[in-house]
Amino acid sequence: MARRVVVDTGPMARVEGEGSLSIVETDTGRPEVKLNIFEPPRFFEALLNGRRAEEVPDIVSRICGICPVAYQISSLNALEGLFGVEVDEQVRRLRRILYYGEWIESHALHIFMLAAPDFMRVPDAIAMAKRDPALVREALTLKRMGNRLMSVIGGREIHPVSLKIGGIYRAPSKETLASVLPELDRLRSSVQKMVAFVSSLEGPSLERDSTLVCLYDAAHYAIDRGEIVSNQGLRLPPHDFEENFEEYQVDYSNALHSRTKGGGSYMVGPLARFSLNYNQLNPAARALAKGVGLKPPLKDPFKSIVVRALEIVHALEETAREVKEYEKPVRPSAPYKARAGTCYGVSEAPRGILYHSYTINGRGHVERAKIVPPTAQNQARMEDDVRLLVPRIMSSEATEARRLSEMAIRNYDPCISCATHFLRLDLRKA
Amino acid sequence: MSKPRLGVFKFSSCDGCQLSILDAEEELLELLDRVELADFLEASSASVGSPYDIALVEGSVSTEEEVERIVRIRKESKMLVALGACATSGGLQALRNWSRLGLFESAVYPEQKVARALEKALPLSDFVAVDFELRGCPISKAQLLQFFAATLRGAKPRFSSSAVCFECKRAGNPCLVVAGGTPCLGPVTASGCGVLCPSRGRGCYGCFGPSDDANLDSYASWLSAHKVDRSTIGLLLKGANSQAPEFMRWIEKNG
Repeated sequence: MARRVVVDTGPMARVEGEGSLSIVETDTGRPEVKLNIFEPPRFFEALLNGRRAEEVPDIVSRICGICPVAYQISSLNALEGLFGVEVDEQVRRLRRILYYGEWIESHALHIFMLAAPDFMRVPDAIAMAKRDPALVREALTLKRMGNRLMSVIGGREIHPVSLKIGGIYRAPSKETLASVLPELDRLRSSVQKMVAFVSSLEGPSLERDSTLVCLYDAAHYAIDRGEIVSNQGLRLPPHDFEENFEEYQVDYSNALHSRTKGGGSYMVGPLARFSLNYNQLNPAARALAKGVGLKPPLKDPFKSIVVRALEIVHALEETAREVKEYEKPVRPSAPYKARAGTCYGVSEAPRGILYHSYTINGRGHVERAKIVPPTAQNQARMEDDVRLLVPRIMSSEATEARRLSEMAIRNYDPCISCATHFLRLDLRKA
Repeated sequence: MSKPRLGVFKFSSCDGCQLSILDAEEELLELLDRVELADFLEASSASVGSPYDIALVEGSVSTEEEVERIVRIRKESKMLVALGACATSGGLQALRNWSRLGLFESAVYPEQKVARALEKALPLSDFVAVDFELRGCPISKAQLLQFFAATLRGAKPRFSSSAVCFECKRAGNPCLVVAGGTPCLGPVTASGCGVLCPSRGRGCYGCFGPSDDANLDSYASWLSAHKVDRSTIGLLLKGANSQAPEFMRWIEKNG
């Protein structure tokens, strides 16, 4: 069979973790598109076996240094649900602010350090800084605010140490938390410029239909919990996730792919959240969306970068409001008793739904863990996007073909470290 | 004088330690101005390649490809720095070293041709000479910057690896073990985090690995006297630094 390699990126830069993309033209007329993930698996689900329930949030946070809070929150949602712990409302507020911090940090990192260089045709943010130092400095200030929120509540920005089943080890005082407000207010007033910059980036576009899946929470633009909803009318509690979505193995990737049962690829993340929960976005973010001509449903994955900027605006606004409404909780953590059973937890990581399920035995130890991260769910959709772009890619010269293909992947801000660590240990009897 | 050539590399890890470099928001542009960025895949698609004056390596070695890669990076680097707990003492994924994971790997991946996982996930120093270690899960951003500040002016960076306990006392915290029987690794763990956990009423869980002169047997009997059972101590040590010799010896002797 005649085969011609159209694109082979080799180890891809400006993504978290190790992967590459290949497009091969074959004489079947259907090009082969493969996102090869060669990041080594770390077998976390197996490692959790036999660990105590209380250790889970700190172990799973080590799956990903970019979104440790997401891992902690999804696992806490699962375990607190099983143990019947009622978490104090002010503690839930602190957890949300911590999570907003993670969104701000992760989105700012993606926009300015990982994705924007593609649009500007430069290799990295350092080159961007040479052209426009003020822009990059302001971006770093924004990123720092995300990290600051995580440190104030979590002790540190990567693998925070403050959360526990039932609540938080120690809650900050109202004054300590309020110390972020002056800088937060300054950023809120200057963030318009960031949205204008991001929406001015000229890039390709791809109008396509896709199944979009995210969480819905009646109280907020979903972040720390919710039901699973889709643009196909799906509405499910977290425990039905595995009945509706399935994972499958492909021979070229160390990460499992996902699909809807009986269907095809789907997309989680900012585009899905914007399209389905638009009415709950903070009014400041909606006004800016209108200003740059974005409205739901949004079909173009190349607009994800703008949505991330709008979600930063949302997170800054909501954080300011929540910080002002915060009162130090009287009881930072509620006592609980571990009990046996299977539990389920979801939350909206910066890249989309992060699903956890655990079976806990009578001694309070983990017997089975299952984790489905957003990047694994998006993998099949990423490949589908590249397939749709193949005609354009094939008619471009080599550098441009590669740029276009990599951009189609970076639209999802893939976190390959997350995606890989889940190859399950199904011990087959030899 | 030409700028030192910096390479940043990722092995089996969570990405958090190399993210710490990008998290040095206030210092980042100045820092990157003082080095020539030869390779940093997460941050740049420009690759100048070897040789490297300073190679920062995150992650443990857990596949055959990674063995080849760390040997190559060692050959191409003047100074090789292990970045964080995975690189210095295995990381959490090294907990599989106590299971028989390696043996049934072929059963796990019936069709996998991608991962050639080694029987164990191991620190860099099991394969190559390491010139300097930045400890922690994750590393401390302050220590990272101190490392650069010293190295870039030709000095040797130095960090104290005295126990968290000392710093905790200086911070004026009541002892969690003595006051409430809370399991805490503070007496045997190196400082570097800024006493994050004990200052929040939470026992230390060992992110920075063993302290100088950590005496695990004495520590374990002291904890037992405060009604902490041995299985709890074992689980605490089976964290991100389980392959550090002092911790590993105790785990292997005591199960």
